[in-house]
Amino acid sequence: MYALELEDLVMHFGPVRAVDGVSLRIRKGSVVALVGESGSGKSTVGRSIVRLLEPTGGTVRLADADITHLSRRRLRPHRRDVSIVFQDPAGSLDPRLSVGDIVGEPLRLMRQRDTTGPVAEALRRVGLRPEVAQRSPHELSGGQRQRVSIARALISSPALLVADEPTSALDVSVQASVLNLLADLQRDLGFACLFITHDLSAVEYLADEVAVMYLGQLVEQGPRERIFGVPAHPYTQALLSAAPVPNPVAQRARQPVLLGDDLPSPIDPPPGCRFHTRCPVAVEKCRTVVPEARVIGEGGHQVACHLVSDDGTGPDVRERPGRWGGESIQTQSNETGVAR
Amino acid sequence: MSAISKVNTEPPAGTGQVGSTAAGTGQAGSNAAGTGGVGVPVLEVRGLTVTFRTEDGPLSAVDRVDFEVADQEVLAVVGESGCGKSVTAMSLAGLLPRTASVDGSVRLDGRELVGADKKTLRSIRGREIAYIFQEPMTSLNPVFTVGNQIGEVLRIHNGLSRSTARKRSVELLKLVGIPSAERRIDDYPHQLSGGMRQRVMIAMAVACDPKVLIADEPTTALDVTIQAGILDVLRGLRERLGTSIVLITHDLGVVADLADRVAVMYAGRVVETANVNELFAQPKHPYTAGLLAASPSAGRHAGTHRLNEIPGLVPVLAEQPNACTFADRCSRARDTCTTEQPLLTAEGTPNHHVACWNPVREPVEV
Repeated sequence: MYALELEDLVMHFGPVRAVDGVSLRIRKGSVVALVGESGSGKSTVGRSIVRLLEPTGGTVRLADADITHLSRRRLRPHRRDVSIVFQDPAGSLDPRLSVGDIVGEPLRLMRQRDTTGPVAEALRRVGLRPEVAQRSPHELSGGQRQRVSIARALISSPALLVADEPTSALDVSVQASVLNLLADLQRDLGFACLFITHDLSAVEYLADEVAVMYLGQLVEQGPRERIFGVPAHPYTQALLSAAPVPNPVAQRARQPVLLGDDLPSPIDPPPGCRFHTRCPVAVEKCRTVVPEARVIGEGGHQVACHLVSDDGTGPDVRERPGRWGGESIQTQSNETGVAR
Repeated sequence: MSAISKVNTEPPAGTGQVGSTAAGTGQAGSNAAGTGGVGVPVLEVRGLTVTFRTEDGPLSAVDRVDFEVADQEVLAVVGESGCGKSVTAMSLAGLLPRTASVDGSVRLDGRELVGADKKTLRSIRGREIAYIFQEPMTSLNPVFTVGNQIGEVLRIHNGLSRSTARKRSVELLKLVGIPSAERRIDDYPHQLSGGMRQRVMIAMAVACDPKVLIADEPTTALDVTIQAGILDVLRGLRERLGTSIVLITHDLGVVADLADRVAVMYAGRVVETANVNELFAQPKHPYTAGLLAASPSAGRHAGTHRLNEIPGLVPVLAEQPNACTFADRCSRARDTCTTEQPLLTAEGTPNHHVACWNPVREPVEV
């Protein structure tokens, strides 16, 4: 039933607690977006799933097989079950290989001799002509390179695709074509996808479910409509309010929640709720007691916040007058009674 | 309020109030001031052309760009990578390397900057026209404290003494929303978060109260919750100090948030200029319309909606052709588009200019 199950995943790099207890399931054929800002640990989660990193603790299960600590050799049969696409297509394609060799490499590693046919088919699927196989990555544009990365990732027909900021390095118009392509491929081929990104508008376009990460932990997860419609965690609310929308009338009617710039370090994360140092509504309990994730609504909508009750009601930081984030100019102008 | 009132070159009280209400009424007031041609614009760019000498021959980066920025106006120059927006920004105060040849005219308060000698440019940079860039860490010196670096600007340009410069630096840090400024002033750049560093860069840039602030992708390297704070600071500068801002960005959300007026660039040329509301509501250049329809918008999912794609690639130009450079990607292209260059002309309203032989006239659903 699940393409991926993460249970209490922990990944520490020396003193850095990059991922600290993440539990997440992805149903077969569904797209889950893992959202967070830089340093939240979202990419580390992705790399642990494809075992570029061996987790410090917890389990990674791919289609019922526990791969958390498998050796390289024992891991090989599972390699075809999961692929990854990275943010920077220029850096993740070997410049000395032809596009055909790059796309066919996963099959060759699986001892398949003739890869010409499958490579041509994989290129066709991502909207590239078969002749591109003879070209070298540097001859291609950024968008075309990302298509090559996607073709390589999908040639082994994986049950799960990890896409780590696949469109973040691309221009808006190119981004659109790659997002459309991912949506088409996912619908046609039916793979499950962990879509790692900081871009909320892309999340709303592509994802079925959303998981929000902050400082190594999930603060909220649930169906797309719930996360965008009735976000419960103050951090999710702040994140949604801060992302500007490309519509001046709508954008200027909004009031972003300003959180203050100082992100705590994952070396020494705050006690209690990790978000309490930036949370506008934190109370004493938040500083000392770690909030557990609880189901608060349909579709497995979960939140880890003391202030949200079991039926999902709680504070909405977006409705609070005034702004947060220290002595910011707008806070001062609000003190003088000027509404924005 | 207290922080800002100490900044010496505060605009008259009346101006400050106008600024505050403009924010409340969705910038309507500023728009009118920005484009109505009230008085002489602070910055006036005419026929700006930049060509780079490269090993593979000349490379045309900017071609006869025209725009002007009014007092207290935020002009966004928006476009995708390689469209020439950053080169345009750098050329304004002569920051380009020697391999670039710059022609045309850039007038700051009536004074010509293209071809001005080094001494003139040096006296203008920082004092009248200041920059902030995308990556604050590489623009700050890692071996000096924040206070040292802001103080240096004040001592060199304004001749302040060490102690006065320090006092003023604290005020500036407060102005850009740095909490406990008295303490943070002795921090080194590495002790600050990315957002705080960008705030420091802004403090340095406005230290001498420049007329024009050029912000080149000021929030691109920052997370959205941090970005919101920086946009707020920039908005505050315009309202409180009366600074005009040229905002260089690729992010349409940032444009929608901060700009009064927008110039859209494509392949080295400005293809459309309009007030921000009009540009988003009724884009006239097919490229602008395509760009707006390419960004995912709220409430739309791939199950029921498809993002607009712009076919083809941005051309890399050795020489600018006498044609529309968007023609081969454009669904509205006609014969004229490949044989004659369209120039910016008013279309619809007097403040809306588009360089297109077949502009979009039908209502656009964005």
